[in-house]
Amino acid sequence: MSETLAPADEAGVSAAVAAAAAAGEPLAIEGRGTKRGLLRPVQAARTLSLRRLSGITLYRPQELILSALAGTPVPEIEAALAERGQQVIAEPPVLAAIFGGSEPPTLGGLVATNLSGPRRITAGAMRDHVMGIRAVNGLGEVFRSGGRVLKNVTGLDLCKLLTGAHGTLGVITEVTLKVLPAAERSGTLAVTVPDLATGVRALSAGLGSPYGVSGAALLPGEAPRAVLRIEEFAESVAYRLGRLREALGRFGDVALIEDAGSRELWRGIREAEPLGADAEDAVWRVSVEPTAGPGVVAAAGLPRALLDWGGGLVWLAGPATAESHRRVMAAARAAGGSFTLFRAPEPLRAALPVLPEEGPVLAGLRDRIRTVMDPRGILNPGRMYAG
Amino acid sequence: MIDLPAPKPDVMARRDEILAGLQAVLPGDGIIVEPARVKPYETDGLSAYRQPPLAVALPRTTEEVAAILAFCHRNGVRVVPRGAGTSLSGGALPLADSVVLGLMRMNRILEVDYANRLAVVEAGVTNLGITNHVAADGFFYAPDPSSQLACMIGGNVNMNSGGAHCLKYGVTANNLLGLKGVTIEGEVFEVGGRHLDAAGYDWLGLLTGSEGQLAVITEVTVRILHAAEGQRAMLAAFRANEVAGQAVDAIIASGIIPVALEFMDRPAIHACEAFAGAGYPLDAEAMLIIEVEGSTEEQDMLLGRLKEICERFDPISLKVAETAEQSLAIWKGRKGAFGAVGRISPDYLCMDGTIPTGQLPFVLKRIGEMSASYGLQVANIFHAGDGNLHPLIMFDANDPKSFHDAEQFGADILTLCVEVGGCLTGEHGVGVEKRDLMTVQFTPFELDQMRALKTAFDPEWLLNPAKVFPLKDNPGLRQAA
Repeated sequence: MSETLAPADEAGVSAAVAAAAAAGEPLAIEGRGTKRGLLRPVQAARTLSLRRLSGITLYRPQELILSALAGTPVPEIEAALAERGQQVIAEPPVLAAIFGGSEPPTLGGLVATNLSGPRRITAGAMRDHVMGIRAVNGLGEVFRSGGRVLKNVTGLDLCKLLTGAHGTLGVITEVTLKVLPAAERSGTLAVTVPDLATGVRALSAGLGSPYGVSGAALLPGEAPRAVLRIEEFAESVAYRLGRLREALGRFGDVALIEDAGSRELWRGIREAEPLGADAEDAVWRVSVEPTAGPGVVAAAGLPRALLDWGGGLVWLAGPATAESHRRVMAAARAAGGSFTLFRAPEPLRAALPVLPEEGPVLAGLRDRIRTVMDPRGILNPGRMYAG
Repeated sequence: MIDLPAPKPDVMARRDEILAGLQAVLPGDGIIVEPARVKPYETDGLSAYRQPPLAVALPRTTEEVAAILAFCHRNGVRVVPRGAGTSLSGGALPLADSVVLGLMRMNRILEVDYANRLAVVEAGVTNLGITNHVAADGFFYAPDPSSQLACMIGGNVNMNSGGAHCLKYGVTANNLLGLKGVTIEGEVFEVGGRHLDAAGYDWLGLLTGSEGQLAVITEVTVRILHAAEGQRAMLAAFRANEVAGQAVDAIIASGIIPVALEFMDRPAIHACEAFAGAGYPLDAEAMLIIEVEGSTEEQDMLLGRLKEICERFDPISLKVAETAEQSLAIWKGRKGAFGAVGRISPDYLCMDGTIPTGQLPFVLKRIGEMSASYGLQVANIFHAGDGNLHPLIMFDANDPKSFHDAEQFGADILTLCVEVGGCLTGEHGVGVEKRDLMTVQFTPFELDQMRALKTAFDPEWLLNPAKVFPLKDNPGLRQAA
């Protein structure tokens, strides 16, 4: 086990990074380490944990704004929002079913990995709701981007650059999120379909309707089910599910799942539970245009799959081998999409490209941007790409 | 007055050679050099500033854009990308030694895919052109800047444009899937695609709103959405800005996110009413236009709840549209606001800051005081849900002192926006207009880091120079001097 540094505040983070930069010693950056198994293993003697930078620093429900330090547990934020009837918009997953462990995810980790749940299809990703950020670059220098207002185009958008950068461009110390009211009611229609392609057509019909479908997933199996969610005021849920039911009948038998059942179903989809990954399985997340989802499932030829985001997010699970990975990469590439090796034994993650290779232009820009943000190459080196 | 850097002497000395070279790259009608034909490109929506460029290049393909950029890069020539030239911040203002790279001939809609809810369009397609193309099938492209009839999607991407409906639908960055672009070296690249959340760095997010500093965007894959069944507006007028602000807070707290929530202050109400005769209450200090979406029954339900909330704040006037026509009548004044202000004043500056919404009464009070001290009228229009404030400062461009005072007044307002926790620009971009105010919002180190990122894309600072970053300490312009 490597040594863990856990500074108490941003100044401490800055000092720790500056010292590591001066010594040329890489740091593994994490919150509570819940997603340590994601992407490539970081080779670093020391871990910099943000867990002690914890707490909500600003919450203005009427302004739809919440700020919290990076190490704040996400459940603490969700509880504070729930008290005022609001929520984290992107419906981020905890992923205990995938990564195990009982620690809660932190806000910083969530933003660094840009993980979003089912509502992403209509409401946007985590990256769409990061309004402001404070961070420390690879030399220990503190900087901000964005702010604490909902509309801001002042300067380059480093909030987006750092969101999903897996801690390789800066150590996030504080985040300001746009939040929104939670819906009064949830309701879901489940359409039993003959095959995945028909299922995606049902999801496309729902997402291309005026009814504001806020979840559109496809549960594979002998009788695949396309599930479509409405979250709205009670009157609207009843009305919209009724109209949607008329539109979906042509794809298969339609069943209604009411409020509590709907919430539980989507909690499970958010956590990728219907994927049913075995403990030994590797897990992939592939993002493609929705109509290409069933083709990716077929081409990958892995035993377990789950489709979300109208068919465009394909969760796959199967034997943790280089051959499985090759098939997933080929399937994603053929569909013009993107993949992430989401969970695999460490030797496999270390040996394979866990993300798609970018072309020479972007790879060159990536190197130059890393040189600006982390010239000594000490922030999570090797996390995203080898070398 | 905003300073522009001196032209690069070597470029000006080689003018004829460079123009001949450009014409060799883009033979036929692709290069414009005659002064009379260059003139329309000398300014944009910030028309107080004018500067004819060396030449205008009007490519028709990404390959032609790449060839022009490679040529300019080889020859050290600055490039100013331009869509329709509607920028209110001077984002497309040329320099004397620059080539304006106009994307307006790249105006094809390449593909519409309803099953995947996306459209692939060239950078010169207008914002409204996308919606018009898919409207018959019930779809639309969500961001709706008020220049949407003219402004082009490439410009929208570069400015991360918003609009009146972004409280519900988000800004440009939230409605994109992919981009095709060209680096200053003339290398073509693609980011994102036809799918959500491509793995790797968020190039799409970094390029969006980068104001032409990083690359030239030639093709855009946008998300298209199915329109709601219908929409309807209501109007609520109050005795004081504070009271209207409290009503806005109460609406948000109720869990309703209206599709639009517009605030107008007393001068804006009067200007719009005089122009449009929309029936706005002239005895009000502040007025809200609130719009909801859904079926007729859903609209009734939401408007009923909103009416109840507004009634708690002792409104002077409360009008709920019963029909689409009445709804249009409520919007009529607001949509004509720019024309209305243009009628009472020969010239105006349209400012664009964002503030925490709770600060609105204080900010409007301070703007009122500044207005008295400068002796210049101002009308305020505010996207109340997201805090985006548009003060319209009236002045006389024929009077240099009036123009100077108007610019200073605007700078004071934006400085105030930052002081109360907001920012310099919510949706218009920094451009040249707010360039020198960047030091108010950012530390010297934060600016240096952003400049270094710009340098990573554009080492010689040839792309859209003299914008976004203060002229002082600007590495590209220091090199040139």
